[in-house]
Amino acid sequence: MTNSLLEMRDLEVAFTLGKQDYPALQQMTFQIGEKETVGIVGESGCGKSLTSLSIMGLLPGTAKITKGEIRLDGKSLVTSSAQQWSGVRGKDITMIFQDPMTALNPLMPVGKQIAEMALLHLGVSRKEARQLALDMMAKVGLSRVDRLYGDYPHQLSGGMMQRIMIAMALICQPKLLIADEPTTALDVTIQAQILNLLRDMNHSTGTAMLFISHDLGVIREVCDRVIVMYAGYMVEEAPVEELLDHPRHPYTAGLLQSLPGADKRGRILYTIPGRVPPLTGRRTGCPFAGRCPSATAICAAEVPQMKKAGEQHLVRCHLVAG
Amino acid sequence: MRFYIRKLAALFLTVLLVSVITFLVFQVLPGDPAQIVLGVDADAHQLAELRKTMGLERPAAERYLSWIKDTSTGELGTSLRYQRPVADILQERLPVTISLAILSLGLTLIIGLPLGIYIARRDGKISALFLSVLTQLGVAVPSFWLAFLLILIFSVTFRLFPTYGYVPWHESPLGALKSLFLPALALAIPGIAVVIRYLRNTLLDQSRMDYVRTARSKGLRERSIMYRHMLRNSLIPVLTIVGLLIADTLGGSIVVENVFALPGLGNLLITSIGTRDLPLLQTLVLYIAFIVVCINFIVDMLYKIIDPRIRLKR
Repeated sequence: MTNSLLEMRDLEVAFTLGKQDYPALQQMTFQIGEKETVGIVGESGCGKSLTSLSIMGLLPGTAKITKGEIRLDGKSLVTSSAQQWSGVRGKDITMIFQDPMTALNPLMPVGKQIAEMALLHLGVSRKEARQLALDMMAKVGLSRVDRLYGDYPHQLSGGMMQRIMIAMALICQPKLLIADEPTTALDVTIQAQILNLLRDMNHSTGTAMLFISHDLGVIREVCDRVIVMYAGYMVEEAPVEELLDHPRHPYTAGLLQSLPGADKRGRILYTIPGRVPPLTGRRTGCPFAGRCPSATAICAAEVPQMKKAGEQHLVRCHLVAG
Repeated sequence: MRFYIRKLAALFLTVLLVSVITFLVFQVLPGDPAQIVLGVDADAHQLAELRKTMGLERPAAERYLSWIKDTSTGELGTSLRYQRPVADILQERLPVTISLAILSLGLTLIIGLPLGIYIARRDGKISALFLSVLTQLGVAVPSFWLAFLLILIFSVTFRLFPTYGYVPWHESPLGALKSLFLPALALAIPGIAVVIRYLRNTLLDQSRMDYVRTARSKGLRERSIMYRHMLRNSLIPVLTIVGLLIADTLGGSIVVENVFALPGLGNLLITSIGTRDLPLLQTLVLYIAFIVVCINFIVDMLYKIIDPRIRLKR
């Protein structure tokens, strides 16, 4: 791993519902190195998006960080005021979202939405911002950018809109790009194009990436390292090949088994029984104990700690010998 | 371009249809115009004579066509009650109503839009709650009561404005403004309240949209997000309401004109109905319909300027 760019240490985020606090993220500790691409994978409701929103400082009103640290280049984000955070947001850390059709302002020309970013953070003139936006649009593979600049989002296809989002996110050369399910809402063919684009951008600009997806196949395409999340906890973390070849956590193994593939043709696809427990119904013990095929007494009693299961391989499971 | 042509064609057809309906309604209404002019004890011979000069003997279709021809060339006929050309009467009354409408629209927008934005930004705070209660009141209170209240406060107690009457612009612009300010305010207050409520609700809806989250993730300040992103997205419902308000005030506001004794169209409409002044009444109804249709046309144009996604519905 190279120098650490983003560091999350023991982060806890809780939702306040009524008078009660419900922790939705617990003991989140990980790092993203410069230029590195880290994936977060897990089912819906396991805290992937919440992790990204807490890095952006965009948690919904009912959620708050109750514990822990997020540092960017060694500087704490959690303690910085809303004002300072918005200096980081958009400049050092940017984000692209799942549904590009709704993520763009429908009543502002797309080029202007890109240029707005440069105008805000780079201290350039309107004319320069426009030129930067046009250059960036060309870089993300859009053609006829002069005409496209003045077009409104509804005149573009989903793939084009996601390219616009990517251009917007990268125009200020951020240190970190958070991509929250950036291909989920797109056609499969477009998905591959967008993934290639993101990978190329990561190589050419050196922007580190936090890539969130529920799809291990997509994660494999782009990421150097993977974090598997379950019910608000990180349950496993390893370099992507290592994780795919030697999953140590039963949940990761279950996810891999439920991936369709050529070798599984003709057989019924595996599914993990049960579902992610809701926020208000989380009990003590290992978060996965209720669905784990090999759970034992200790699993229901105690939350396991992350332990080393190999070089750069961490896993949160009682059944794995440390 | 086709959008505008189709909208214009629709406008023209609507006005034509309204003219047919107006004409038919006045054919069906009981009451003989000749009788109204001459009174109940006119003799049959006189009545027949007058009917002939008024052209009432001709078939309805013929009379309709000649009415349309006259109206479109500005020949609006003679008022039965005032015994003067309808066109002259309108020329007198229109400036009052139009000034009133423009003034009250101005007040509505100048006060309503900023306050709507203000309470949307302060949602959940005490000041916003207080204003919300006030807007509730503004919608509920009838305008004649407001008019009396304004007279009591600003004319009787503080003596800032005249209690009633109208000063024409060419006599004294300041006097005209003073005589119109209170009525315009009385007309504007319910509109202000409605605009505030609509704008606030739409802005709050918009604040939950994905593009607002994107704008936040860009690092824009709340202020820029409001004015550069959310406001334009919130204008459509407000525009609809404002369009209705303008059409309403341009048609003459009967209650407020009466309270302030303004010689506007609202007053004229009431008198013409009371005296069955058919030529005048027909023209007024057609005028009001024309105003409504024109305002709708303008509002449609503005929709398209605000939101380029708006297309013709087939």
